[in-house]
Amino acid sequence: MSVAEFFHMGGYGFYVWGSFGVTLLLMIIEPILLKGRRRAIQKRIARMARVSVGER
Amino acid sequence: MSSRIVNWFKFSSPATFYPLAGRLIPWFTAAAVILLGVGLYMSFFVAPTDYKQGEGYRIIFVHVGTAWMSMFIYVVMAAWAGLGLVFNTRVSAMMATALAPTGAMFTFVALWTGALWGKPMWGTWWVWDARLTSELILLFLYLGFIALQSAIDDPRRADRAGAILALVGVVNIPIIYYSVQWWNTLHQGASVTVSGQSSMEIVMLWTMLIMTLGFWAYAIAVVLARVRCIILERERDTTWVSELEGGAR
Repeated sequence: MSVAEFFHMGGYGFYVWGSFGVTLLLMIIEPILLKGRRRAIQKRIARMARVSVGER
Repeated sequence: MSSRIVNWFKFSSPATFYPLAGRLIPWFTAAAVILLGVGLYMSFFVAPTDYKQGEGYRIIFVHVGTAWMSMFIYVVMAAWAGLGLVFNTRVSAMMATALAPTGAMFTFVALWTGALWGKPMWGTWWVWDARLTSELILLFLYLGFIALQSAIDDPRRADRAGAILALVGVVNIPIIYYSVQWWNTLHQGASVTVSGQSSMEIVMLWTMLIMTLGFWAYAIAVVLARVRCIILERERDTTWVSELEGGAR
C-alpha cells in the first residue's frame, strides 16, 4: 500500500480523514483551552494574594 | 472499626479532592495517549478492509466509541448532579458541571462522524430518523445544561437548577439506545450487544473497544483537569486555596 493509496482510502479519503481529523483536532483543542483557563485562575489567585499581603 | 473502610465523604470536600484529582490526571493522560495510539494504528493498519463498505467503514472506530461516550457521560453527569442535589456535596455538583462540555464534545463528534459516514453509505448527511434526532436532542441537553448553569450567578442555585435539567434529560438516553429497535430507522442496529453476540469481525471489535477505552481515559483526564479549575474558581476566597498558591502548579 503506497502513501497516496493510504490517504485516498479507496475513494473515502474525505469522509475518513474528515472524521478522524476533526475528532483529533477537538481532542487537542479541549486540553489547550483548559490549560488557559487554569493559568487565568492561577494568575487571579496570585493577584488576590498579593493584594491581601499589601493590606496587612 | 476497620481502618480499611474508606470515608468517601472525605473526598466530597474540594480541599481533599483537588490534590487527588491532580495525582490521577497524569495516569489517565498516559493511558489515553497509549490506548488511542494503539487504537489508531489498529484502525488503519490491522483492521481489514470491509467487504461491503471498503475503507469507508473505518469511521466506525471513532463513531461508535464517541457515541457511547456521549450517552455514558450524560448518565454519569446526571448521577453526580443527583448526588449533589441529595447530599448537597459541592464536589458532586462541580463534577457534573465539569462533565458537560466533554460530553457535548463527544456528542458533536458522534453526529459529525455519523454525517460523514452517512453521506457515502446512505447518500445523505442527515435524516430526521429516531436515532439521529434523539442524539441531536442529547447535544441540546448538554448545551442547555451549560447555558442554564452559566445564566445563574449563584453557583449553588445554578447547581440545583442544572441537576434538575440533567435528571429530567436522562429519559432521552434509553430513547437513543433503543431507538433502532423501537422505530424503523435508517441507522443500523447495534453492532455489539450486551448478550455477547456481535455482528463484527473480532479484530474490528477489539479496535473499537481499545479506541473506546482511550476515549474513556481522555474524558477522565480532561474532566479532572476541568473540575480542578472549577474548584479553584469557586473556592478562591478560602484559606486552603491561598495556602496552595505557589505550589498550585
